[in-house]
Parts: sequence; structure tokens; C-alpha cells
Amino acid sequence: MSNTPDTPVYVTDALIAEDIDAYLAGHEKKSLLRFITCGSVDDGKSTLIGRLLYDSKMIFEDQLAALEADSKRVGTQGQEIDFALLVDGLAAEREQGITIDVAYRFFTTEKRKFIVADTPGHEQYTRNMVTGASTADLAVILIDARKGVLTQTRRHSFLAHLLGIRHIVLAVNKMDLVGYDKAVFDRITLAYRAFASEIGITNFTAIPISGFKGDNITALSDNTPWFKGPALIEHLENVEIGSAADEAKPFRMPVQWVNRPNLDFRGFSGQLATGKVRSGDAVRILPSGKTTTVSRIVTLDGDLEEAVAGQSVTLTLADEVDCSRGDVIATADNPPEAADQFEATLVWMADEAMIPGRAYWLKLATQTVSATVQAPKYEINVNTLDHLAAKTLELNGIGVTQLSTDKPIVFEPYADNHALGGFILIDKLTNATVAAGMLHFSLRRAQNVHWQATDIDRDMRADLKNQRPALLWFTGLSGSGKSTIANLVEKKLHRMNRHSFLLDGDNVRHGLNRDLGFTEADRIENIRRVGEVAKLMTDAGLIVITAFISPFRAERDMVRGMLPEGEFVEVFIDTPLAEAEKRDVKGLYKKARAGQLKNFTGIDSPYEAPETPEIRIDTTAMTPEEAADMIIDRLLG
Amino acid sequence: MTDTLTHLDRLEAESIHIMREVMADAAKPVMLYSVGKDSAVMLHLARKAFYPSPPPFPLLHVDTTWKFKAMYELRDRMATESGMDLIVYQNPEAKERGINPFDHGPLHTDMWKTEGLKQALDLHGFDVAFGGARRDEEKSRAKERIFSFRTSTHGWDPKKQRPELWNLYNARKAKGESIRVFPISNWTELDIWQYIARENIPIVPLYFAAPRPTVERDGLLLMVDDDRFPLLPGETPVERSVRFRTLGCYPLTGAVESEAKTLSEVIQEMLLTTTSERQGRIIDKDGGDASMEKKKQEGYF
Repeated sequence: MSNTPDTPVYVTDALIAEDIDAYLAGHEKKSLLRFITCGSVDDGKSTLIGRLLYDSKMIFEDQLAALEADSKRVGTQGQEIDFALLVDGLAAEREQGITIDVAYRFFTTEKRKFIVADTPGHEQYTRNMVTGASTADLAVILIDARKGVLTQTRRHSFLAHLLGIRHIVLAVNKMDLVGYDKAVFDRITLAYRAFASEIGITNFTAIPISGFKGDNITALSDNTPWFKGPALIEHLENVEIGSAADEAKPFRMPVQWVNRPNLDFRGFSGQLATGKVRSGDAVRILPSGKTTTVSRIVTLDGDLEEAVAGQSVTLTLADEVDCSRGDVIATADNPPEAADQFEATLVWMADEAMIPGRAYWLKLATQTVSATVQAPKYEINVNTLDHLAAKTLELNGIGVTQLSTDKPIVFEPYADNHALGGFILIDKLTNATVAAGMLHFSLRRAQNVHWQATDIDRDMRADLKNQRPALLWFTGLSGSGKSTIANLVEKKLHRMNRHSFLLDGDNVRHGLNRDLGFTEADRIENIRRVGEVAKLMTDAGLIVITAFISPFRAERDMVRGMLPEGEFVEVFIDTPLAEAEKRDVKGLYKKARAGQLKNFTGIDSPYEAPETPEIRIDTTAMTPEEAADMIIDRLLG
Repeated sequence: MTDTLTHLDRLEAESIHIMREVMADAAKPVMLYSVGKDSAVMLHLARKAFYPSPPPFPLLHVDTTWKFKAMYELRDRMATESGMDLIVYQNPEAKERGINPFDHGPLHTDMWKTEGLKQALDLHGFDVAFGGARRDEEKSRAKERIFSFRTSTHGWDPKKQRPELWNLYNARKAKGESIRVFPISNWTELDIWQYIARENIPIVPLYFAAPRPTVERDGLLLMVDDDRFPLLPGETPVERSVRFRTLGCYPLTGAVESEAKTLSEVIQEMLLTTTSERQGRIIDKDGGDASMEKKKQEGYF
């Protein structure tokens, strides 16, 4: 190998051979730093990581032999070793010669252990970089010395800053290709400083390196006598890890699991997000606000006196207070808030764009709630950092938006506490993780908006009417017979002296929903409002009947979630598309087929049939009269 | 600069966090238990995560009938000590056809392990299975998520894996889908050894050097663990001081000559050694370079 680096300064082979126990004692005390490397396609990221693994002896002889063979076969460095081949894992990307996902690598030096997230530089993979950055204490931003600060550099820096990474290293790579010229390095550093301060990065460390040749990686290089350090590894070994700062913050522990082996023991298991806790400390359970004290900190190795941020423990409490998964145990005199409306930055991660108004699962710490997202206030162009008007966010889009949850969640701004301010959104149908978000602040304090207690409650209103309130939610294709059957049902209920109300789609659009159109977002908002109105009416004791196509399961489930258990009765008017189209009462299918109607359910827009409706009506097997009788039987029977 | 928690403390806390998160969404979790050192660490972490309760899931050993005798002994002992149920599954078809590593080559792994695992998961309806894979083991593993989603046919699609941010795991899934969860993803081989030493975790004695009957075949030192081992003409077992860096089916697992009789000596040898951990295993090499990735797509752990 012509490019064998100088003997690495930090590998203590001698100690391993001479006194393994001393080596291990030292190694056991090492701390852990997680960092990410980001750069554009040809900035040499994989090469740098391959180099770090190689220099820290994480590459074995058999791997090296394979690497040498591979380098000759598919490498891009001629007869020399192509370190990039060490880390490009999946077969597909080896063929393409690019990294397409986040890969995690491990190496150790004399002082620390490291986990490196190798994140790709392609524009379409913002998602992956955000993923890698979320757990990193430090980011290495790679720049090709020949190219200088590029659009991608700005994007990577912005994302690293957005995710709250405190340490930024500007690694000016391929210095060997510019003759180790100080002027080139200075010019790039200066250009980067101007840009960095624009986005709020006040501090960074610039290092001229060659990942390929090994300059200024483990030790200062003779090729850059003008550079006074630190070398990359030295810097990585000495920066302060985020955990120290986390320990200094007030105590918070999201409860993961209630530990109940028997009636005599009730413990609350979780990982401390911030701060420290000792037995005897006064704590508050959020969101209930109940206070108590910590009795014991239980572990398999015996009780602890104190636990600190990052540790996974089980706490027992002095009093029998309600506490379950999703609650947060916090220091009593400085607890976090609970709220249900927020401003947040969202990074969209799914192929399917964000749908404003649709309910997603929001997971924050150990809390999972239903949340709806509004159209973005603005989208951020990650290249120019301009704020753009946007109606939605597409894959890799980043925007600032408002969101509301169906019940208050315990939170802190992301800037103060990553564990209580970072969240993901999950699509309720596909279960895919569709977005990552960072809370800025609550728009109002949920605890200040109390429910006004009224003396007459919903049960009393229903009792007076001598009936049990319900919402009969008809769903089905256009022309399936929803309105016809719904109308019959109401007539029959009326004859039976039942108090009912039929909410008709067209009528609602003349008043309450006059401002809504027929885009996907508006259709969702239409359903949400109808759901809220129906809920008020059931509170008043009525039997509410609605007839909307309501093609999406997510929206129907959203309404179901608004009502008390058992009151939402999904009535699936099951008419096959061919049959509905044959009837075509309003001539709409004909128009849709002719292309005159866009987004027509069943034709060019999907209908998601209920999987387990409370009532299913097969209109090919019964008359509307029979259907109405059956529904009433099921409702009142 | 002093950090309160060491890297091992952090790895331990992270693994415990992962195991507890699984309990929030899983209907019927199970822990795959292969009796190796990684399994030993996983079992220990599970006991820590749920103490004073026993881990709220059973252990599943997908057996090939060809493991080392010493592995079966430790397996049964650990199940008793942990208070967990132990399910041993042997693919009935492989059993009936007498599939073995000597006569059937890659089919042995495919039927006993890959098929056996799928059958066992389906039979019991397990929706989440803990596995002991680590990202440092092999290139395609470096990109594996901690929560790895499998289709209803146990397939793995690298393009359909969910992004994992912070320590927020999305464990929601549709009916029929399952999740493989790897709580020790971020551990390295050295971490495993050091943790075993720190926590005094019982492991199979085969990891330590001792005189054992071996034959040399195809560049591997194989241990003659029982009389099912067919000796070729001219082959006679030779007593050598050997140990194993990984454990699997004894006819497929190469030993290394060694004098390392203590944990420190084993770690020392590992740090000074020049070949990677999986090199002693035949399985990775079938099908060339992307072999492990291919196996994963087919449902191998």
C-alpha cells in the first residue's frame, strides 16, 4: 500500500499486549460521542469514515484483503485502496457508487468511543440526514477544497443547526488536491463563516484534511505546517458531550412502563430525559399535576441513591398517585407545561404529501396522541433559506406550521429539551413515519382553557328524551343509496317518537361549510366540522344521521374518536362500483368518466371501505325499506 | 472533562429503553435466544429492564439439532434462572428429511434457521421478535433499523424501513406484519465482551480455550462435538487448544487455536487478532458479497 498513513498515535496496541486488564480498566471509563458526517456526493464522506475505521484498527485482515481486491475491481482510486468501499453497504448502492441511507459505524480511540452516522448528501435524502442528526452531538460538514461552499453545504449546515447540534466541524477535504494551499483553506473558512452566522451557527471548528491521504486526521500533518490544530480526532475526543448539559437541567422522566410484579410493588420505568433524581425528592406527575416524593430508585443491581439524565431506571413513589405510560415525572417546583396547540417545525419524510386537517398520530417521548396539522405558515427553502408560501409539505419539505392535539401533552420547547420537544408523526392508515417535528412553543396554555362545567349534563338531556344518543355515520360510494336509506331511517325514527337530526352534506355546504371547496384538505375539514356539529348534537341527546361519501378511513376514525365509546355507528352502504355507476342517479359517473369531474370517488379518487363497520348494508340483496328496518333494529335493539 | 455515564452505561440504558418501548405496542413479543454471547447480553438486559418483574415475554430457540452440546446445557440453565418460558422450535420438515450440514450445504441453514424461524413466529403468532444482531457485524447490518419491519411473509424491504429519530420508535403495524427489534444494534463486539466481564454474565464455556477434539477441513478447524460427525478417509480428530469466537451449528463453526482461558485473555486476543468475527462462519460466504443482505430479504434474521 503506497498510502499507509503515519502510525496512528492513539492505538494502544502495546498496552493491550502487555497489560490487558489495565487497558480494559481504561477503556471501560471511556465516554461516548455520537456524530454525523455530511457532505455532497463526491466530498469523500465514505472515504473519511473508512479512514477513521482503518486508522483506529477497526478493519481486520480479512476485510482488508477483501477491500484490496474490491478496490482493484470496482474502486475509483486506481490501484490504491478505496476506503469508501468499506462503508457502502447495500448491494444496490455499491453498483451506483453512492450511499443512499443512514449507516452507523463504530470506532474507539484512547479517550472515547464513537458512533458515526454516515448520512447521504443527495437533495432527495434530507430525510436521512435529519434522522442521523437527531441523535448526534456533533456534525462534520465536509467540503471539497476544490469546490468550496456549495448549496449542499448550506443545506447540511442548516439541517444540523435545525436539529440542535451544538458542535459543528468544517472539514475542508481533499487538501492534497489543492497542494495543501493555506489560501484555499482560509477562503473557504471565511465564506463559511459568513453563511453560518446568517443561520445562527456562532461557533465552528475548521480543519484542513485529506481523508484519502490521512492528513490532520489522527495527528497534525507535515503537509500543512500553517495549521495549528486540532487534528480531527483530537477535536472529537475533547468536545463536550451533550449529556453534561442535560444533567444540569431540571429533572424529567417520561414514564414508559408501569412495573407491577405483585400487589406490593408498583414502579414506574423510564429513561431520565434531563436532570437528576434522588430518593426523597419531591416530584410532580404531569399532566395531572399531583405531587409526591420518590421512595426508591430500583435496579437489578440494587437501589440507587441518585440517577442522572440518560439512565434507565424504575422509580417507586411514596403515595398512590395515578401515573401511567405517557405521563412525565418531573421535579415538583419546576415542572414542564401541558398544552394542545403548538407552533412547530416539520420535516416531511413520506412520499405522500402532508394533508392539512388530517389526523395523524403524534409521538412525543412516551405520549401518543391524535394530532391535526394546519397548512404551513411557510416552507423553508433549504438552499436559500427563503420563506415560501406553501399549502402543504412534500417529501423532504421543511416548514413551520401549527398543530393541535386531541388532548394536552406534556412538552418543552425543542431548543430546551430534545426529549420533550422532538416528535414524529405517523400515518394512521399506513403506519409509516411521515414527519419529524420540533416544537417551538404552545399557542395557548391548555390548562387555562377549562371545560365549563354545566349543571345539566348529556345524560340528563338524553334521559329527558327517553333515548340513547348515537351518530349513524353513513358511508359509501356516490349513488350507493346513502341519502335514500338515511332519509327512511329518520322517518321511521320520527314515527317512533325519537328525536333525530339528519345532517345533509349539501345543506351543510350552504352554511357552516360555505367557505370550503373540494380539495383534499377542504374535504377533510368538511368532515371534521360535521363531526364536531354531530358531537354537539349527541351531547344534546339527539340521534344524529349523516350521509357523506367520506371515502377515507382516517377521517371516519377521526370522528369516531371524538365521540364516547359506542356512540359512533358506522353504516357501510355497500354497493359495488359497477352497480352504483349503472344507477348513476345524478349523471355524475358519466361526467367523471368523460373527464369533466376530477377527483371523483371510485373513478380517479380512492374509496377506502370500512374494515369492520358496525352495520353493513348490501344493497344488491335488500330493498331500502328492509335496510332501514335493519339499521333501526340494530340501533334500538 | 468528566462524564457521569460511561459508554457501556449509555448502551445499557439505550437497550433497556428499547425493550420497554416494545411493550407499549406489542401484542405478543418474544426474544430470540441463540445461546451465543450476544443472546446472553440481551437476556441480561431484559432482566434489568423489567426488574423486579421477570421479562414479560418468552425465549424462543430456533434449534437445528446441530448446536454444540454445551449450548444446550447453558440454554436450559438460563431459562430456569431467568424464570422465563423457553420455547424450542425445530422445523418438522427438516427433521423428517434429516437435513444436516454435512449432506445438504446451504439448505441446512435455509430450512432449519430461516424457515424454522418463520414457522415458529407464525405458529405462535408473535408480532415482535427481539434479535441480537449488531450493526458492527457486517456491512448491510450497519444500515438496519433498530425496529425492522417485515411483511406478512417475513420479507425485508430496505426501501420501506421507517426513519428512526431521537429515541422515538414507531412500532405500529398492520395485521400480519411483524417487527424484528435489535436492542443491541449499537454495541460492538468489544462492548459485548466488556459488558459480560463487568456484569459477570454466564456464557457458553466454548468461548474459552480448552483442549478439544478437532479436524481441519476446508481451511476451518471443526470440533468433533458428537459421533454424528462423519470423518473423511484419513481424518482423525486431533486434540488442540481451541476456542470459538462465534457459536452456531458445530459442523459450520470454525474454531481458532488459542490459549485464552479467561475473559481478559479472550478480549486481549480479540483486540490483537487480525480477522473479523464472522470469518469463522461459512454462512456469509454463500452467494458472494451481498450474501447477508440477500438472506435478510428472504427472512433470515
